[in-house]
Amino acid sequence: MNILAKIKKANLLGRGGGCFSTTLKWKMVDEASGNEKYIVCNASEGEPGVKKDGYILKHRAEEVIEGIEIARSFLNKGKKKIKVKAYIYINGDYYQTLGPGLLECIGKKDIELFVKPHGAGYIGGEETSILNSIEGERIEPRLRPPYPTTNGLWGCPTLINNVETLLNVSLVNSDNYRKERYYTVSGKAQNKGVFYLPDDWTIEKVLKETRNYPFFDFFVQVGGDGSGVVLNKKQLKIPVNGAGTIKVYKLQGHKAEKIMKSWLDFFLGESCGQCTPCREGIYRLSQIVKKDSVDWILFKEILENLEESSFCGLGCAVPIPLKSYLKNVAKLPGVFIQDQKLVCKCFK
Amino acid sequence: MAKIFYITLNNKRTKCSEGETILEVAKRNKISIPTLCHHLDFSAKGNCRICVVEVKEKGSKKKIGDLVTSCSTEARPGMIIKTNSEKVKKSRNLNIELIFSEHVEKCESCVWSLNCSLRKMARDYDVKITRFKERKENRKIYKFANAVEIDGTQCIDCRNCIEACSVMQNINYLEIKGKGYKQEIVPTTNKDFDCIYCGQCALHCPVSAAQEQSEWEEVEKKIRNKKKILVAQFAPSIRVSVGEEFGLPYGKIVTDQIVSGLKALGFDYVFDVNFGADLTTMVEAEELLERIKYKKTIPMITSCCPAWVKYTEFYHPELIPNLTTSRSPHIHLGGVIKTYWARKMKINPKNIEVVSIMPCTAKKYEAKRKEMKVGGNYPVDNVLTTREFAWLMKKNKIKFGKLKNEKSDNPLGEYTGAGAIYGGSGGVMESALRTAHYMACGNKKSGVCRSKIDFKEVRGMDGVKEAVVKVAGSPLRVAVVNGIGNIEPIIENLSNYDYIEVMACPGGCIGGGGQPIPTTKEIREKRIQALYKIDKGKKIRKAHENKGVLEVLDWLEEKKGLEHKVLHTYYYSKRLKRGK
Ligand code: SF4
Ligand code: SF4
Ligand code: SF4
Ligand code: SF4
Ligand code: FES
Repeated sequence: MNILAKIKKANLLGRGGGCFSTTLKWKMVDEASGNEKYIVCNASEGEPGVKKDGYILKHRAEEVIEGIEIARSFLNKGKKKIKVKAYIYINGDYYQTLGPGLLECIGKKDIELFVKPHGAGYIGGEETSILNSIEGERIEPRLRPPYPTTNGLWGCPTLINNVETLLNVSLVNSDNYRKERYYTVSGKAQNKGVFYLPDDWTIEKVLKETRNYPFFDFFVQVGGDGSGVVLNKKQLKIPVNGAGTIKVYKLQGHKAEKIMKSWLDFFLGESCGQCTPCREGIYRLSQIVKKDSVDWILFKEILENLEESSFCGLGCAVPIPLKSYLKNVAKLPGVFIQDQKLVCKCFK
Repeated sequence: MAKIFYITLNNKRTKCSEGETILEVAKRNKISIPTLCHHLDFSAKGNCRICVVEVKEKGSKKKIGDLVTSCSTEARPGMIIKTNSEKVKKSRNLNIELIFSEHVEKCESCVWSLNCSLRKMARDYDVKITRFKERKENRKIYKFANAVEIDGTQCIDCRNCIEACSVMQNINYLEIKGKGYKQEIVPTTNKDFDCIYCGQCALHCPVSAAQEQSEWEEVEKKIRNKKKILVAQFAPSIRVSVGEEFGLPYGKIVTDQIVSGLKALGFDYVFDVNFGADLTTMVEAEELLERIKYKKTIPMITSCCPAWVKYTEFYHPELIPNLTTSRSPHIHLGGVIKTYWARKMKINPKNIEVVSIMPCTAKKYEAKRKEMKVGGNYPVDNVLTTREFAWLMKKNKIKFGKLKNEKSDNPLGEYTGAGAIYGGSGGVMESALRTAHYMACGNKKSGVCRSKIDFKEVRGMDGVKEAVVKVAGSPLRVAVVNGIGNIEPIIENLSNYDYIEVMACPGGCIGGGGQPIPTTKEIREKRIQALYKIDKGKKIRKAHENKGVLEVLDWLEEKKGLEHKVLHTYYYSKRLKRGK
């Protein structure tokens, strides 16, 4: 069985949080025309709470690099004329500690370590921002289409895969893939850390099996401490989505304003500023919640506009923690209760 | 041939061709969709998000579609599109409202105030504009010499100015500083870059945050005070553009209306810079032949575009000897007004105020260059852009287009077809070639010297036009650079040419930074065609046949010392300023 068929059979999904089908992505880059192609292993890990890529690079770098090489030979197989260059786009902190080891591991292979510039933040890990970053352009998302799969680095077809995805590729290749994934548990949990467990476990099961299920009243944020969805204790019978994180919050005594402000501050600092709904909207949201009497109608209007009309996934994701928190935990303003949507369309 | 297919646009089956954006299809079908960051000169950026429409793809089971930006999304077969659904209205209006809160309104002093796109948008779409407090009140205003400014309190972050400065002009003077809501358009701190004052940023700004540094208030005061003799002179290119400000079609020729408009504003005399252009042609053609004859620095390069001059002085001072020393048409004419005409009229030049109506922001800077002074006087006291001029007329309720036609005053109002085409790319070169051809031939009536008028090789909208033309039988290698963004390859191959025309603005001055907004490729073309129409309609189409010009030149020749001052200038390297 060739590698694409294996990937397809294993039904690999992007582990950067997007959950896009790896098979499709590989196919698109493979089918895109061009004699020069690129592979970017995304190790930028910019969202607070996500630690697994660093963990994988520390413990399983060889397999990840193997995954890159598998991708390379897939892209130039039979067509020796196609030049495939690979980058590992790595978070600056990880580079500090893991850089030397990685370089040794890479050896003579044609893989360049590209250190994510200081201050590039969360948005600097977004696929098209990575392209801009490597090209030396302003770090912010590009207009799509065209997509990186056909017009990526310097206009060439580019395969951008997360560290964990490439690890899975090498596992699939050697028939060792066991449908497991990395989870990061953080916050008010007793046994915080990174865990490698079956990928279909529910949130509740992950918390229990890792001895992290709290004995106090709590709620969680799942899929990233910035853009993840907030769920209450009764909503934990679903699998962990996105980048596989669970942050535990203590219900009693937590301050609604404080927690909402922390999300808004995160987005305020990360918004690249390109588009109106995000640049202006987040600013206005953070002004609105500062007021003594919050205008929830306007708040909701701005959130919905972010969801509907933002340029990239960051803007679309702003409503996820805020709306779900208001709905599932704060049970606060009536305006949010009827709203059924929890996951932003951009991440579907 | 592009593939043809159908979509459903606001419940109507609508034909599209492959590659068309939803916005294009809508426009074609007279459905209006508001836009701000979209400009036909640039590829779509999709950042303002006010052009959103609701789209359901073919076969979608959804009740309500998703929003996409119509400026950047191509129509696809079977799409069901709504441009005015509830969902669209909600997002579009909120985005307009948010954008408004970035823009401190300064309407009383804004040349746009009577046709402001933002306020029109608020009216048309019934947008609330008072829910948010202004957020940019404390932003800086950046001024570039006395020509252009970017008012940070009004900037809506659309980035058109960056596109204009970097992609179109390749000057890279503007940058985005910071991120998120803190981002700001700023001049670069890198001392290796400098502004050339072309004003393309202003021409492409949808909300007049990037704009000319206005002089209309000063001019209005001068008119009101009436202490001096007020003389207006207007550029070749504005007669085919200013009509647009009053709803006339693109490329409508309104020369005589401009004269009556200026008189109605209160100017005592109105002269035509086309006369100055004929004068410039004479000076330049003579210099060209001299350089060739005496094997002086070749190629000779035109200098009537002050933005190009600034470019040379800053980026390529080594080319200063290549620039013609001839002054530009409005400086020529200004100088003539304050010497020849003043003497003739027995007026002390100190009592004359000359105001140029120009398509250009760089002309503001040029007019204030110290070395322009003639006998202690600036030839030109103020420069108004086409936009400022139109605004003054609107403000003073002058019914432009419905005025009684008037002709420019004489003797400095007469012009030839050669002067007329100065306003378009290739025009300066063609005028000079017509005259050089004649000059080189002397009065001989040999075969090669048959009068030659049209040099069509140098016309058109290409970025670079090259040709070998025969002037009096000898080949002359010429190049026309249409837009400063195209200059570098020509500089790299300088020795391939004898004569080069450079205009910083795409299309030449008809696309200048002071021209009516919008200016797009299609509009530039219409304006340029109108210039050639004027040329064609003129009995006299060669500068050396302009009797008034010949008379002025004769007069100047007798006044040694003055002649050089009025006709020529010099340049100096501006690299000195560059720090390490
Ligand atoms: S939503 Fe807009 S402003 Fe926000 S990060 Fe994306 S592109 Fe930038
Ligand atoms: S005037 Fe011209 S060079 Fe100066 S900032 Fe504007 S576009 Fe750039
Ligand atoms: S100055 Fe004008 S063109 Fe430039 S970003 Fe601001 S609004 Fe847009
Ligand atoms: S091309 Fe004309 S309008 Fe543009 S900067 Fe030069 S002189 Fe001014
Ligand atoms: S006009 Fe389409 S996003 Fe600005």
